[in-house]
Amino acid sequence: MHATDALKEADRLMTVCNSCRYCEGLCAVFPAMEMRRAFSDGDLNYLANLCHSCGACYTDCQFSPPHEFNVNVPQTLAKVRNDSYKFYVWPQALAPLFERNGLAISLIAALSVGIFFFGLMAINDPAVMFGVQTGPGAFYRIMSHNAMAGVFGAAFFYAIAALIMGFRLFWRDIGETRETLTNGVSVWQAMKDTMALRYLDGGGPGCFNEDERPNDRRRLYHHLTFYGFFLCLGATSTATLYHYLLGLQAPYPWYDLPVVLGTLGGIGLVVGPAGLMWAKFKRDPALRDENGRGMEMAFTAMLFLVSLTGLLLLVLRATPAMGTMLALHMGFVFGFFITMPYSKFVHGIYRFGALVRYAKERRALHEPTPSKAKALAIPDAKAGA
Amino acid sequence: MKVGTAVSRDVPPEQVKASLRPDAQAGAVPVELARKHDVLVIGGGNAALCAAISARRSGASVLVLEAAPKFYRGGNTRHTRNMRCAHDTATEILTGPYTEEEFWEDLLRVTGGQTDEELARFMIRESKEILNWIVEQGVRWQPSLGGTLSLGRTNSFFLGGGRAMLNALYRTAEDLGVDILYDAEVVDLDIQDRQFRSATVAYGGQRHNVHASALVAAAGGFEANIEWLKQYWGDVAENFLIRGTPYNRGSVLKMLLDKGVQQIGDPTQCHAVAIDARAPKFDGGIITRLDCVVFGIVVNKNAERFYDEGEDIWPKRYAIWGRLVAAQPDQIAYIIFDGPSLEMFMPSLYPPVKADSIRELAGKLGLDPQALETTVETFNEAVRPGTFDHTILDDCRTEGLNPPKTHWARRIETAPFYAYPVRPGITFTYLGTRVNKEARMLMADGSPSANMFAAGEIMAGNVLGKGYAAGIGMTIGSVFGRIAGREAANNARN
Ligand SMILES: Cc1cc2nc3c(=O)[nH]c(=O)nc-3n(C[C@H](O)[C@H](O)[C@H](O)COP(=O)(O)OP(=O)(O)OC[C@H]3O[C@@H](n4cnc5c(N)ncnc54)[C@H](O)[C@@H]3O)c2cc1C
Ligand code: HEM
Ligand code: SF4
Ligand code: SF4
Repeated sequence: MHATDALKEADRLMTVCNSCRYCEGLCAVFPAMEMRRAFSDGDLNYLANLCHSCGACYTDCQFSPPHEFNVNVPQTLAKVRNDSYKFYVWPQALAPLFERNGLAISLIAALSVGIFFFGLMAINDPAVMFGVQTGPGAFYRIMSHNAMAGVFGAAFFYAIAALIMGFRLFWRDIGETRETLTNGVSVWQAMKDTMALRYLDGGGPGCFNEDERPNDRRRLYHHLTFYGFFLCLGATSTATLYHYLLGLQAPYPWYDLPVVLGTLGGIGLVVGPAGLMWAKFKRDPALRDENGRGMEMAFTAMLFLVSLTGLLLLVLRATPAMGTMLALHMGFVFGFFITMPYSKFVHGIYRFGALVRYAKERRALHEPTPSKAKALAIPDAKAGA
Repeated sequence: MKVGTAVSRDVPPEQVKASLRPDAQAGAVPVELARKHDVLVIGGGNAALCAAISARRSGASVLVLEAAPKFYRGGNTRHTRNMRCAHDTATEILTGPYTEEEFWEDLLRVTGGQTDEELARFMIRESKEILNWIVEQGVRWQPSLGGTLSLGRTNSFFLGGGRAMLNALYRTAEDLGVDILYDAEVVDLDIQDRQFRSATVAYGGQRHNVHASALVAAAGGFEANIEWLKQYWGDVAENFLIRGTPYNRGSVLKMLLDKGVQQIGDPTQCHAVAIDARAPKFDGGIITRLDCVVFGIVVNKNAERFYDEGEDIWPKRYAIWGRLVAAQPDQIAYIIFDGPSLEMFMPSLYPPVKADSIRELAGKLGLDPQALETTVETFNEAVRPGTFDHTILDDCRTEGLNPPKTHWARRIETAPFYAYPVRPGITFTYLGTRVNKEARMLMADGSPSANMFAAGEIMAGNVLGKGYAAGIGMTIGSVFGRIAGREAANNARN
């Protein structure tokens, strides 16, 4: 009835949890589960992407292993979630990239860096490549602006297109419609939930990672990563506007907007992923999907390397190392762009979609109509003993 | 669909224990057992941890001995979800006031007067403070999930359930410097002249003598001790399922009673509900309970009805069905209902047995098909028309049927037909040690013990002679645990 063993197990767990419901205050997954009695693959993929992997429901569960009911929601949903990336990938022919994703991403990144480095070395005079370049347009002496804009623009727009196609598959499969996405209230709620990572706090005390003592560090690291990423995106966008609208050429002085945004973002995007990798390293194996480790690490490391080379480029831009750093940075950025639809990057997209749907469902549920109140289980009957 | 993994109904607790004690392998004892602590707490649940924390906060050095391995720490507390405390106004987590007087009236009603009024009223008064005190110990209440649908008026729910609550108490106790040892079962007590001297604890295959100036016994009831249950119930008890921990075997309770502490409560009194007969022998917890008696009829193994399924609103009648089923042959019964009712109650762990006809259903349940058909037909003919509403005592009832179904009676006629097999599920027992308002144990002659205190299930019978009000188990544990810890600390100092 279900496509994979992980989905089968998720279905079993949702039946267990639905008859327990002790975790309903911890996050969005349990209230969303309570709205259902049967779970299709689409439902389970929705719930899996709604889960923030905070670990609370494992530490809090009276039936987690070694109990014979063997309830491990975070690990099972992590498996389902990681499988779902492959399941909804566009084009489907590239699904195998998710089989050994860590390796695939590393190879693509290495290849991309290699091509940029040796390619630029091949087309440039060594005196230019390894010389000191300063003043407006310094970077473009290594690679022309048009070439840069063309190559990166194409990679970026391909990635966006592929991400959209993947998201459409996901959205339809979980049973959602276009209307939900155009509902401003739901989307705004999901944006707030994303920006605060509301469901990564274990219902209040913080998320669980290495043991039964909660803390909020992963949320902090993710905030650094997330906001760092968008600051870097902002830096690139302002630079593009500077170039085309104002006719100002990079490199810009350190106090100018693109550099300030890029530096702040870059620092967040170095510290954040480093923290996430450290947390991952320390994480209780019981909470992890062992098979997803390569994928998670590759994506996080890629972000780290993109920003690290970016910062190094900034620091070394007036030295002979500039050409090399530029090649490395561009190599990682290009590798990052083209792998966006085939890496863990998609987690943000699906998770956001799941949050939009949840915002909609939650509102529908809590609109106070008597029949709905009755449809919910009698509160006293849930009282237990 | 198979829901639980390997359902080991008959694993004796010894075996469960043996397979789950990684900690005990370690040779070194992580806690200095030779050192004399001010307060020794036996047990590891709500009552024990509240006592340990409160004793420590009162300045005492505290040792907690828990028989279970770390994962199973905290006995039945792991399985709880809420607590009943009095409060004068609505709060963020409670929809309205629940006064001391109302709490007392509820208790009086459920126990039929079998309670110590002074002690019970005292507990109810103290319960008001517990709402905040327990939060100060790191426990979180579940806030409203939107609207007030998920909140109660009388009971506050633990965020993440009982194990989350317990984890918070353990973190606080550890931070305060309470010494805690798992896999450490107390097997003997040295009590002389109303005074606790020392305890013998089995740990890592060895016995150790543990000394302390005062004792808090918070080791639960004896519900997991089938042999002991059989003394009062006879062989019937073989068919009981134990909803909670296999570690509450009443050994500490027995030692105390044998060594001169006054007994309270009727040994056959306990909280018992009808739970899914397919549940494991121990520790199946909340998810095996069934809320659907009111939606159908309940028959015994002879396919005969035996009690009015529509007597009262379900939660109020929740706790009578364990005893009713225990009184039936082979301690088994079957809840029978039809298609339209399936989604009207909370789902539970095991799917119902399903069939297209009553005859086929009987076959699947191993009941006499003719007899079941007759029972259902007789019932259907007796059903009078009415307006069904399971949230109130509605007017759907039978006429001329014995026993009648006085509310929510609807014909069972629309396929598919469903059944849940049920057995008595024992939650906890009420036999206990007599205590006073200091949670101090009283000896058989009525005199107070010099340095022994009790809290939780082990003394629940003081306020709960029979019956049950949801959430009161945790109230008893927290209120008396807190007091016992404080008094034991004072006692140790003097
Ligand atoms: C499924 C289920 C749901 C429940 N739900 C609720 C609820 O929602 N609200 C509510 O108020 N009540 C509920 N109860 C009842 C509640 O669990 C108990 O009343 C309460 O937990 C008792 O707390 P306690 O600390 O006295 O005992 P426990 O929490 O059972 O702790 C007793 C401890 O003593 C230890 N122990 C036993 N013998 C020894 C020994 N010889 N040496 C050392 N340690 C020993 C055990 O390992 C255990 O840790 C529920 C019970 C069950 C089974
Ligand atoms: C758009 C909404 C997003 C949501 C709701 C979201 C949510 C999450 C959550 C809940 C986790 C799990 C936390 C953990 O395992 O430590 C996570 C991991 C991570 N996220 Fe996001 N994220 C979003 C976007 C992004 C973006 C834009 C980036 C950066 C480009 C990013 C980078 C990461 C990284 C590096 C990890 C760690 C990978 C791992 O350990 O599996 N996220 N995200
Ligand atoms: S994870 Fe465990 S405690 Fe939480 S709802 Fe599921 S079964 Fe209940
Ligand atoms: S791991 Fe956290 S977010 Fe995921 S289901 Fe459990 S409590 Fe919810």
